[in-house]
Amino acid sequence: MNETGDKTNDTQPCCCSCSSAPQSSCDCGAEEEILSPPVIRDTGGSLTWADRFDHGAARWGYRRMHHRVPPGLYRLGSPSPDAPVFASANYTLSFDALRSSLAGTDCFILVLDTKGINVWCAAGKGTFGTDELVRRIAVTRLGEVVRHRTVIVPQLGAPGIAAHEVLKRSGFRVQYGPVRASDLPAYLATGVATPPMRRIGFPLRDRIVLIPVELVQALPLTLLAAVLLGVFIDGLAALRVIAAVGAGTVLFPALLPVLPTKDFTTKGLFLGVLAMLPFAATDLSAPAAGIAPYLQAAAGLLLFPAVTAYLALNFTGCTPYTSRSGVRREIFRYTRVLAGMALGGIALAAILGITLVVNG
Amino acid sequence: MAFDSYTENTLRYFPERCVNCGKCSSVCPHAVFAAGDERALLSRWESCMECGACMKNCPVQAIEVESGVGCAQAMIHAALTGGEETCGCCGEEEGGSDGACCSGWE
Ligand code: SF4
Ligand code: SF4
Repeated sequence: MNETGDKTNDTQPCCCSCSSAPQSSCDCGAEEEILSPPVIRDTGGSLTWADRFDHGAARWGYRRMHHRVPPGLYRLGSPSPDAPVFASANYTLSFDALRSSLAGTDCFILVLDTKGINVWCAAGKGTFGTDELVRRIAVTRLGEVVRHRTVIVPQLGAPGIAAHEVLKRSGFRVQYGPVRASDLPAYLATGVATPPMRRIGFPLRDRIVLIPVELVQALPLTLLAAVLLGVFIDGLAALRVIAAVGAGTVLFPALLPVLPTKDFTTKGLFLGVLAMLPFAATDLSAPAAGIAPYLQAAAGLLLFPAVTAYLALNFTGCTPYTSRSGVRREIFRYTRVLAGMALGGIALAAILGITLVVNG
Repeated sequence: MAFDSYTENTLRYFPERCVNCGKCSSVCPHAVFAAGDERALLSRWESCMECGACMKNCPVQAIEVESGVGCAQAMIHAALTGGEETCGCCGEEEGGSDGACCSGWE
């Protein structure tokens, strides 16, 4: 296809990689992969338009499970038996970030079968893990390809890998490289990952790239709600739901660090109320008499910020710093509050509807 | 602080077991552990995100932490279904919540 090797967008020959069934119960068998002589695929350090298109599709969540590279050993440039070996995941974004950062370096890339998931998430689940690394080293006969006994593993793969066990079971020493592939040239030049290379941040760029998939996920339900509200209430109601979801999926990731408080839910509530203020102002400036404008404004201010806050709470899964204990505490603290707000908003809207009907 | 659920976590360190191999301070992406002269120093406990990297790589079990995905969607899904805490984003084609949070990561 191109220099990335044959990416298995559609043509995955082995059933193992596309099902979550345990390897042992798989028809094609793991044994088939012990090939002789070891297969080494060629790859390159430059990204093609096809690669970039694939990355775009991956980031928009399009055919989520189809951005895979065949697991195995790859050759970048013309590596000697002393060239370094880098471990990666079989997600195109992971693999391509690695190989493009290593452009110009003669080396080997050992792609683990992570079921098309990036290093960090796969390590958390254990698919980027000790067993798979040891197995992949054996299957590719890495020990016969290189003279040294070191594999450089991305630091974010560490939650899945026990370096001392890998050494015991495969004879290969795991050396943890920097968090970001882009720091690899500096790391290779000096042989050490400096403290900043070891720290993970969550800068604007990293947050922005997560927006598309958040949007795509929220879209169907949002459109449905907007259409229903538009038909049964009015266009302004439809706009409210779009604003609330937009605040939760687009503005929230972008503004995360500047929103007040530490908890994601309260950050989301703050943002949700802000997003609804213009609507409340419109309600109150309406010429309608009586309590109707107040009811409408209050209903909007209760229901929609709860939606934004819920989306914000869900965004914890995308950050590289929220602990499970903390998220659990947030859920415990706020879900009832959010549910109460939403129900309260709906109740007020119902009362409003009744008064409008009664008053003709 | 009010509205801060992240002041406590499950990370426990048993310095008396530490053999000062330096693994924990090199794998932790939040500099929770720092290299010390005789043993690792737990220097930023409150920043731990419970990823489990340090525990997994400590050769003498000097670190304990209840690791797991800090993902609300996964937990809400588990709470609602009584099932396991997994997120669908990460390859479970069936089961798990249908999150997609992982797609944007390298
Ligand atoms: S669990 Fe992860 S974040 Fe916490 S100290 Fe260990 S490596 Fe650092
Ligand atoms: S990994 Fe364990 S033994 Fe090594 S420095 Fe850290 S606590 Fe000590």
